[in-house]
Amino acid sequence: MSTDQFVQYLISGLTQGSIYALIGLGFTIIYAVTRIINFAQGEFVMLGGMLSFTLASSVGIPLIPAIILAVLIAAAVGAIMYVLAIRTARGASVVSLIIITIGAAIFLRGVAGQIWGVNFVRPPFFSGDKSISFLGAYIHPQALWIIGTMVVVTIILHLFLSYTMVGKALKACAINPVASSLVGINPKTMALIAFVLAAAVGGIGGVVMAPLIMTSYTVGVMLGLKGFVAAAIGGFKSPIAAVVGGILLGVVESLAVAADWGPFSSAYKDAIALVVLLLILLIRSGRLAEEEMTS
Amino acid sequence: MLTKVKSKWNYLVIAALLVLLLLIPFEWFLGQYTHLAIFIGIYTIVTVGLCLLMGYTGQVSLGQAAFFGMGAYVSAILSKTYGVNPWLAMFIAAVMTGAFAYFIGYPIFRLKGNYLAMATLGLGLIMWILFRQLVQYTGGPDGMVGIPYLSIGGFVFDTSFKRYFLIWFFCLVILLISQNIVRSRTGRALRAIHGSEAAAESLGINVDQFKVKILALSAVYASLAGSLYVHHLRFVSPQSFDFLASVKLVVMAVIGGLASVWGAIFGSGTTHVLSEVLRKAGEWDIIIYGLILMLIMIFMPGGLFVKLKEIFERLRLRYRQRGVEP
Amino acid sequence: MRNYLKYAVVLILAVALLALGGISCSTGEEGGPTPTPSATPTPTAAPPKEHYKIGAVLDLNGAYSNLGIPEKRTLEMMVGQINENGGVNGHLLDVSIFDAKSLVDECVSGVVGLIADNVLAIIGPSSSGESAGIIETVTAAKVPNISLAARLSIVTPVEERYWVFKTPQTEVEAVRAIYAYLQGKGITEIAIITDTSGYGQGGKQYLESDAADYGITILDAKTFNSGDTDMTPQLTHINGTAGVQAVICWGTDKESVIVAQNMKTLQMTIPLFCSHGVATKAFINAGGAAVEGVIIPAGKLLAADEIPASDPQQKVLLKYKNDYEAIYGADSIDTFGGHAYDALSMVVAALGNMTEGLSLAEARAFIRDYIENDIKNLALTGGVFTMSPTNHLGMSPGSLLMYEIKNGDWSWLK
Repeated sequence: MSTDQFVQYLISGLTQGSIYALIGLGFTIIYAVTRIINFAQGEFVMLGGMLSFTLASSVGIPLIPAIILAVLIAAAVGAIMYVLAIRTARGASVVSLIIITIGAAIFLRGVAGQIWGVNFVRPPFFSGDKSISFLGAYIHPQALWIIGTMVVVTIILHLFLSYTMVGKALKACAINPVASSLVGINPKTMALIAFVLAAAVGGIGGVVMAPLIMTSYTVGVMLGLKGFVAAAIGGFKSPIAAVVGGILLGVVESLAVAADWGPFSSAYKDAIALVVLLLILLIRSGRLAEEEMTS
Repeated sequence: MLTKVKSKWNYLVIAALLVLLLLIPFEWFLGQYTHLAIFIGIYTIVTVGLCLLMGYTGQVSLGQAAFFGMGAYVSAILSKTYGVNPWLAMFIAAVMTGAFAYFIGYPIFRLKGNYLAMATLGLGLIMWILFRQLVQYTGGPDGMVGIPYLSIGGFVFDTSFKRYFLIWFFCLVILLISQNIVRSRTGRALRAIHGSEAAAESLGINVDQFKVKILALSAVYASLAGSLYVHHLRFVSPQSFDFLASVKLVVMAVIGGLASVWGAIFGSGTTHVLSEVLRKAGEWDIIIYGLILMLIMIFMPGGLFVKLKEIFERLRLRYRQRGVEP
Repeated sequence: MRNYLKYAVVLILAVALLALGGISCSTGEEGGPTPTPSATPTPTAAPPKEHYKIGAVLDLNGAYSNLGIPEKRTLEMMVGQINENGGVNGHLLDVSIFDAKSLVDECVSGVVGLIADNVLAIIGPSSSGESAGIIETVTAAKVPNISLAARLSIVTPVEERYWVFKTPQTEVEAVRAIYAYLQGKGITEIAIITDTSGYGQGGKQYLESDAADYGITILDAKTFNSGDTDMTPQLTHINGTAGVQAVICWGTDKESVIVAQNMKTLQMTIPLFCSHGVATKAFINAGGAAVEGVIIPAGKLLAADEIPASDPQQKVLLKYKNDYEAIYGADSIDTFGGHAYDALSMVVAALGNMTEGLSLAEARAFIRDYIENDIKNLALTGGVFTMSPTNHLGMSPGSLLMYEIKNGDWSWLK
């Protein structure tokens, strides 16, 4: 493998990893605050992409207002989903709530299929189509947008969680829900904010990735799965952790394709990536268990 | 007096349900739904294992379809490609799958909470990829056709009618076995673990070993269901064992009611009947399906079976009250 | 509040049971001997002839919905036209379309249901995997089945496919069409990138087995999965392999757009060939500038206006194109709907020659026999068909043309 090729594999891994990270962020936010695995996260991403396509290409709104509107609508859907589906399920166990999110995902997918039909579509590129040369490899301008957006969103989230009242309240709720309710933090409000945030981040992700990877009413399933893996690697702990998980997943997948030896064709890239990541999990949990025992 | 009345009611209900079950495949009754009923039976077997696993160990398994698929493929490959007797193949498949689960169980259960969910997810995905890629053995993405029927002596299970009884026989036997397990010492140990692992450990229960045993048991159930599945359809393809299949299994288990054995029938039954009914809704079918799924979980978070028992109890109490009042 | 819950549950269960009951009533009795004519009210009125029921399992949702929807529209359009003209020998046509949602389990259930509904024949499924799944079922039930999927294995070995036929070209013809074109252009060293699905694996199989016959060497072979969003790693590997003169991509439309896009990003200038699975408008629309210059083999429908009158298919192509586009708009035609047109045409031809008063089993056998033995040189949209006991596809050679995407449209490379 030449250096140029290696850089190319890394760029690909970084781009895909940023995509996974943007989706994983949403999973992490909701899980941290509510312990729910939101199976509809992929659908938030799908909505972001589909809405930006409709608004920008069909309706003809200029790009920037179209994107903002798409994200706002996605965030609103997240809020509605929480209020109508999650909050009304009083006293339900976490597993039941997870099934509710599965139902919501199926519902949203069906509605999207009705509204937009089955064909896949591509919203317009943000800044054109001409690939940029970098260290002997090429990167698509939209990929730069994706990576950049991921970095900016992560930084903003991190700052929000660490330095604003609301953010700190969210963090408190994540660390200890009982104690935080005792100091006056309303868990229901926190959960609502978590869902809105996750939907918004998902929507932003969808908006910025759709021009590159296209979108249709079924993309939520695969994207949600990858995002979940990313968040799970990060332990659902923090935005940074989700990003690390996502980048790791993307890069390992990319290099697994390159490592073309013996019977392991590139068809096995997903399996290889999963095995590597599972091993990382095992090692991590082993170390975590040691920490628990010695502390 | 109270217990006598209770058992009389229980026996009546059970007898009625059994009669219903026996009559389903007859043409003059619900014969056109035999195929559907067979699927309900097969998936009930997998769901029971999952209910026990998730309900009693509190572990979410997002990859149960892996075991289902292993049973299916081992049965298919052994009986079709190598001409092994289908019953023997089924047995071998169950042993292999159970052993595999047992072996994998120890490292997996060292992971906690969401890591465990991730591990089961990863396992399911990896198995699915193997089913698709090992084309020489599994037939790849298009699967295998021509898997032989099950037969006892000269009696071949070559019609849906005959297979219905075979599969529901298996299903009921497994349900009864599971009921026994739940009521036994093992069941009490499991409930202790579910309540608090630390407390259970302090009582001398080897928590890890129990969890792994339940995982292995659920894997054996899933494997048996998988074998029955391929001998019914005479066809197997990896699509039946992908991530969405595992999710569907979890949905069935939760709708039925975790930690409930008989709830599994309701979980499997509701999902399948709902899909069938919604077929008439044309393009709106998945929208309504998602909606109903949400409604069921919002109003019956403990599962259908628990809810039905509640209603049954309340009706019975009201009936008795009216009888007692002067 | 608790009462509400109880009533809600009872309500939901009651609705479900009613719906079930309603369905069982509407689908009528199971089994039964024949489509017998409905009871004659008076001796003087001629009894209305019973409807001919055909079943179709198509993918209207999921991964293969871009095949299923044009297939459904075509069938509905044809049935409308036929019934407006009084049906087939006075029998109106009923087509029951079942949505298999691109899932094999659903597909099998659907076929079982259609057979129980006493359909005379089953058209579909849309995809190869599903078609493989129902072979046993239709064979055991002795129902003629015309598949709309690509793999050759659907109709071979023909001794085990007594009841199964198909209308689309197989991957074999498509591969050979591309290779013949490459040979004509003097291209001898290529790379292939294929989907891991059954469709892609079929393509890969024949790409590898037939390459030598055309003097072609495959220098690099990579794969991707349906749903993958980036093929740059695979293409980087291919780009790094010296001597590659062209890339052949075998997958469905969405992933093929990504391959084309990635090639453009990597500034790869060698030509890209795709399979006939991308012969959709969505491929061109979403692909935009990235798919300009892509070359594919596809049926004659895409160039229906340019086919000379001397071609036996010309009349059929134009009629289908004009009728379909009159309803669904200009340029809405694609080859997938055409396969459904061909399938139903064959069934209708059989029905047109069927004697009256046959039992259900006899009617099904008649249709099967007719299709196998009496379809000779029938010009339809996909090609000119001649079925036989040893060939249940029966398509004439030369049914595929080569097209290049120029200015956002299919341009026939004559």
